[in-house]
Amino acid sequence: MASELRGLILDLSFRGRTPHLGSSLSCADIVALLYNEYLRIDPVRPDDPDRDRFILSKGHAATTLYAALALHGFLPMEELETTYAHPGSRLPEHPSWRCVPGVEASTGSLGHGLCVGLGLALGLRIRRSPGRVFVLMSDGECNEGSVWEAAMAAPAWAINPLCAIVDFNGWQATGRSREVLALESIDRKFEAFGWRTCRVDGHDLAALRAALAGFGEDPTDRRPLAIIADTVKGRGVSFMEDDNNWHYRLPTADEVRRGKLELGLSTP
Amino acid sequence: MRDAFAKIVTELGRQDERLVLLSGDIGNRMFDQFKEEHPDRFYNCGVAEANMVSMAAGLAMAGFRPWIYTIASFLTYRPFEQIRVDAAYHGLPIVFVGTGAGLSYATNGPTHHCLEDIALYRVLGGFRIACPGDALEVSACARELQNAPGPAYLRLGKKGEPKIFTEPPAAPLGRARQMRPGQHAALLSTGNLLPETTAACAQLAARGLDVAHWHFPWVQPIDADALAEVFASVPLVVTAEEHCIDGGFGSLVAEWRAEQVSGARLLRAGTPRRFLHVATEQAHARHECGIDAAGLVARIEAALAEQTARTLSVS
Repeated sequence: MASELRGLILDLSFRGRTPHLGSSLSCADIVALLYNEYLRIDPVRPDDPDRDRFILSKGHAATTLYAALALHGFLPMEELETTYAHPGSRLPEHPSWRCVPGVEASTGSLGHGLCVGLGLALGLRIRRSPGRVFVLMSDGECNEGSVWEAAMAAPAWAINPLCAIVDFNGWQATGRSREVLALESIDRKFEAFGWRTCRVDGHDLAALRAALAGFGEDPTDRRPLAIIADTVKGRGVSFMEDDNNWHYRLPTADEVRRGKLELGLSTP
Repeated sequence: MRDAFAKIVTELGRQDERLVLLSGDIGNRMFDQFKEEHPDRFYNCGVAEANMVSMAAGLAMAGFRPWIYTIASFLTYRPFEQIRVDAAYHGLPIVFVGTGAGLSYATNGPTHHCLEDIALYRVLGGFRIACPGDALEVSACARELQNAPGPAYLRLGKKGEPKIFTEPPAAPLGRARQMRPGQHAALLSTGNLLPETTAACAQLAARGLDVAHWHFPWVQPIDADALAEVFASVPLVVTAEEHCIDGGFGSLVAEWRAEQVSGARLLRAGTPRRFLHVATEQAHARHECGIDAAGLVARIEAALAEQTARTLSVS
């Protein structure tokens, strides 16, 4: 599914003329894995109060979210392919809450998703719901102080149905995320804040599965879970990988064709 | 007002198990009763307002009705983007309760003064804004907000304000209340300045000026019917609020007035467009800003004298 997701992401960026391609590609494996194997959600009952919630806090990777939702039956694929980001479409460049079923929060401004997810997870716990909350952030997003406010609060109240995943692709808009601010060691930071923390290769599905094993199910460990997923920006398309120009650049038709060839997908 | 809020939120918490109370590390002991009755529905969120606001959004998405309580200036200014995006953009039913609004914490200096809050909540759209005038009206407004469909702001003063109402008043959403009739002018008040405006009208009456007094516990939605009645019935209208002259209640009335065909002259009394740098306390600051009873009396007397002089010179 990850290759299929990446092919869709390329197409959407080209057709919608929207940037952040590198950021959308870096988290494709994580998002594909969550939707394929972990999220207890149902497109027939998208408002089930006991469903799991996935919040794409790095809202600039909206194409990844929309593509996953379309592949899982939450919105018609044709609608996504023909209307995304077009004037009047219900699929804007950054996700808007309930714009289509399965979009759990409006994002686009960084540093909101973990705090909202914390509130959701707290609410689910008060209601004794089995629902869990997954929040996907970017590494640059962790510049925001609000992330660390939530990071302090969640362990204080032992909110363990909450999983924060940092798509650590090493770049933010204008530079290496390790250099812009002192982000490292981000896994030790989360650990010091009281989270159960794993740092894994974010493109290694087995490693991600191991990190997610037992999430929210261990009655003796009430810590929330933080997964730092080391990824490559632009992953899957050789000429986009680790090239931060693809934070803003739009692909040409030929680049989309070549990218999809590399992904093993048929060209349009 | 603070104690009245603690009492009413505890009562509402009993009636509605969706009510969750979040506090920004203030109100020590105030909420003991609430905590005792609903230990899983009270959270001290620490000195971390951004997280508190977004968390409230998450709780609302999970079906709860969060009430957030902290000092008005910290509640509003620090997490304004969270208020805009997570509360207003999502249209979630979160009640923001700002204590110590206006000049209530005047002694603490401009970091604690909260004189731009109405302006900020007002421009977001979708916010209901309640500015009760005394402790009894706090409870009445809170009851109205219990089932509000979207976000709301409840603007509180501090502790021990004068009681204006002798019986619990009704404060139906979006309705103003005529406190006294009058034909020479009308004084429109909102929020915790109510004791000053009440006193001002009494003093003006003693001086032979018959000034109507209307109190607006709701700034949003505004009572346009009341405004239409007031502006058609007197030659001079003066608004008074413990808020900056820009963007607040008087500003809203001015915007309404600008779109009318005709009506009375409007003057606005509020705090100036500057920080109050010297040490002060609430009564002193009100006096310096001309929004205490004496300042309002002087302003209205002068304006009426000016209008009379102008009428005489024209005739």
